[in-house]
Amino acid sequence: MTSSKEALAHSAASAETAPGDEPGAVRGAQVRGTPPAATHSWRSRLYRWDMKASPYVFISPFFLIFGAFSLVPLLYTGWYSLHNVQLSDLDNQTWVGLDNYQNLLSSDFFWNSLWVTFTIGVIATVPQLLVAIGIAHLLNYRLRGSTVWRVIMLTPYATSVAAATLVFVLLFSWDGGMINWLLDFVGIDPVNWRESNWGSKFAVSTIVIWRWTGYNALIYLAAMQAIPADLYESASIDGANRWQQFVHVTIPQLRPTILFTAVVSTIGATQLFGEPLLFGGADGSKGGSEHQYQTLGLYMYDQGFMIGNLGKASAIAWSMFLILLIVAAINLLLTRRLRKTP
Amino acid sequence: MRARTRTARNTVVLAAVAALGAGLLAGCSEDPDDGTSNEGGGSTDGKITLTVGTFGVFGYKQAGLYDEYMKQNPDIVIKENVTTKTSVYWPKTLTRLQAGSGTDDIQAIEIGNVTEAVQTQGDKFVDLGKEVDKSQWLDWKNQQATTKDGKLIGLGTDIGPMAICYRKDLFEKAGLETDRTKLAEQWKGDWSKYVALGEEYMKKAPSGTKYVDSASSVYNAALGGATERYYDKDGNPIWDNSKGVKDAWDAAMSVATSDMSAKLKQFETPWDQGYAKGTFATVACPAWMIGYIQEKSGDAGKGKWDVAAAPTAANWGGAFIGVPTASKHQKEAVALAKWLTAPEQQAKVFAKQASFPSTPSAYPSLKPSPDTTAYFSDAPLTQIFSDSAKTIPVQHFGTKDQPIGTAIADIGIVQVEQKGKSPEEGWDAASKEIKDVLGQ
Repeated sequence: MTSSKEALAHSAASAETAPGDEPGAVRGAQVRGTPPAATHSWRSRLYRWDMKASPYVFISPFFLIFGAFSLVPLLYTGWYSLHNVQLSDLDNQTWVGLDNYQNLLSSDFFWNSLWVTFTIGVIATVPQLLVAIGIAHLLNYRLRGSTVWRVIMLTPYATSVAAATLVFVLLFSWDGGMINWLLDFVGIDPVNWRESNWGSKFAVSTIVIWRWTGYNALIYLAAMQAIPADLYESASIDGANRWQQFVHVTIPQLRPTILFTAVVSTIGATQLFGEPLLFGGADGSKGGSEHQYQTLGLYMYDQGFMIGNLGKASAIAWSMFLILLIVAAINLLLTRRLRKTP
Repeated sequence: MRARTRTARNTVVLAAVAALGAGLLAGCSEDPDDGTSNEGGGSTDGKITLTVGTFGVFGYKQAGLYDEYMKQNPDIVIKENVTTKTSVYWPKTLTRLQAGSGTDDIQAIEIGNVTEAVQTQGDKFVDLGKEVDKSQWLDWKNQQATTKDGKLIGLGTDIGPMAICYRKDLFEKAGLETDRTKLAEQWKGDWSKYVALGEEYMKKAPSGTKYVDSASSVYNAALGGATERYYDKDGNPIWDNSKGVKDAWDAAMSVATSDMSAKLKQFETPWDQGYAKGTFATVACPAWMIGYIQEKSGDAGKGKWDVAAAPTAANWGGAFIGVPTASKHQKEAVALAKWLTAPEQQAKVFAKQASFPSTPSAYPSLKPSPDTTAYFSDAPLTQIFSDSAKTIPVQHFGTKDQPIGTAIADIGIVQVEQKGKSPEEGWDAASKEIKDVLGQ
């Protein structure tokens, strides 16, 4: 959430701050920075020390917690990934070097899960963001009871993954599920959603889309409301209709926000876990009888906690981390290019 | 302009609040018991708190055993920490055992995990062999929880002796034998005879019904009576040339390649609905499934179900309870574990939950609830299950029994049953998976 707030604050600030106006934070610091009429030398030294150290003390809780609960486990996982470690025998670790990684690169299951993660990511993210922009645009009109609509948009997001997925499992049930019943209504043969290759990916994506569309729509909405109204006014004076305004004013103004949601969604897609796990039912960690919806997250869970091979699971975790770093790098390149184009 | 930014800020606040709310909701909706701290033991007001870690339904609370024990021992308070799924419960328990902290005073161990516990966690459990009269338990049950150097790490709770539950009304419509003794004679000794009767059933099957719920259930039931499973008695994997596995696989394949299976996955909602709608006529039922059938079939199934002896004596499921050495109240925990698994208490759990005792001396006094007996057409449940229990062969389990079973049932069998692949393709896919599991 922090990063999303930053992004919003950024877009809002850039729209509001008048040129030449000094941001308040800097001004405050200058006031504090004025040297006091110092009589006691140790007191002034203490004061200077306070000036230098305090900020670090204030920001330290986050970094301490980050270190304890993110950095150390991350490094420890890296250490595990170079060993043969069984869940049932944590004390006995044998050094195997890069064997676990080599094992992954030659494993069909790993490449399959990478492919599955990518395909589900695309099927889930692209329509989701498109629909979210559309909804945000509609909500941006003057509406009666707009808060009600916005709350409704967020309801799917507030629903727990487990509850949502269980409902979707029933809808997609091949025998007596509502979706197949509807298909039957229009004369299409029932689909075994869980076992079919694309059907299962589609079903899992549906759950993701359902849960996250409203969330993204609200982020877009917030960004849209920060677009200065005079841009629209001048556009309409120039004779642009609603659609032209949307394409030529709204979309360009939303560019940083779109990029932000795309990155967050990509990270979410790479870590996709709960939906396919629960969609798979009793033994969901396999992701279907042909692993047709076994994402990287599921593969890691299956190796680590169902099979008990923690070393290999750690190697998968680190591979996921590396993949995310690559995604972040691509994002950085894209951002730079976007900044250059006016 | 002003008004607009204010709404924007409101939207952000709304989003933040909703996100927090979602986090809380998600936290609640997961296993509610995960949040409870499992600090083993602790004493307040001079009372000792004993915690019991279980998965699924053990029936101790339901049968009122905790209350009874606390009444007899006023200085003891018992708290049960239940995790719904074994797949969540066991990894969590393993890590706590090895950390030597956070375990409950009593930890349940599922039969599929007991070998792993015996081979890798032996020193983390109290030896209960010296505390109890071991002859009270079925011999094969004790053996499963005994380490190489003769340490008994868990006391047997229930076992899962197998029978066949069948819908008498559907059998009658299909023109088959409905008497439970004569029926048992027809398939006695071989699961393939049970499958063969399915061919008969399908010829005149009432519309919309199938003979059996799934091919995996036939596989599990058949394997449950085999002397050879995935490992030999020295712990070497023999899954690819084990006779037990081959026979069970063949029986499952003749179901999967025919139209006699309702193709359901056990313990999932459609399976429950199958009971309610009566879409399958038979199911291999271990004793613990009796209560499940009664609950899911509901009033509509009353008096229509019957129980017959299974083709071979077989076991499916069951558990142990052990006392971790990390428990701060070992003496009290051992006493409680002994009491909970004593024949009288096991009989009480049977009366409430139909979990079948692992202590034969309890068998003569077993009384299923009158409700259950009536539900299953007055079948002599106690006799059918105890006959099976006494003749179950000793089976050897291995450290990776569960993942191997999952590979065969959820990969191999499902590919044949639901995706129409050939049995050879199904077996190849399962083999590939098992080799990955075993690192071969």
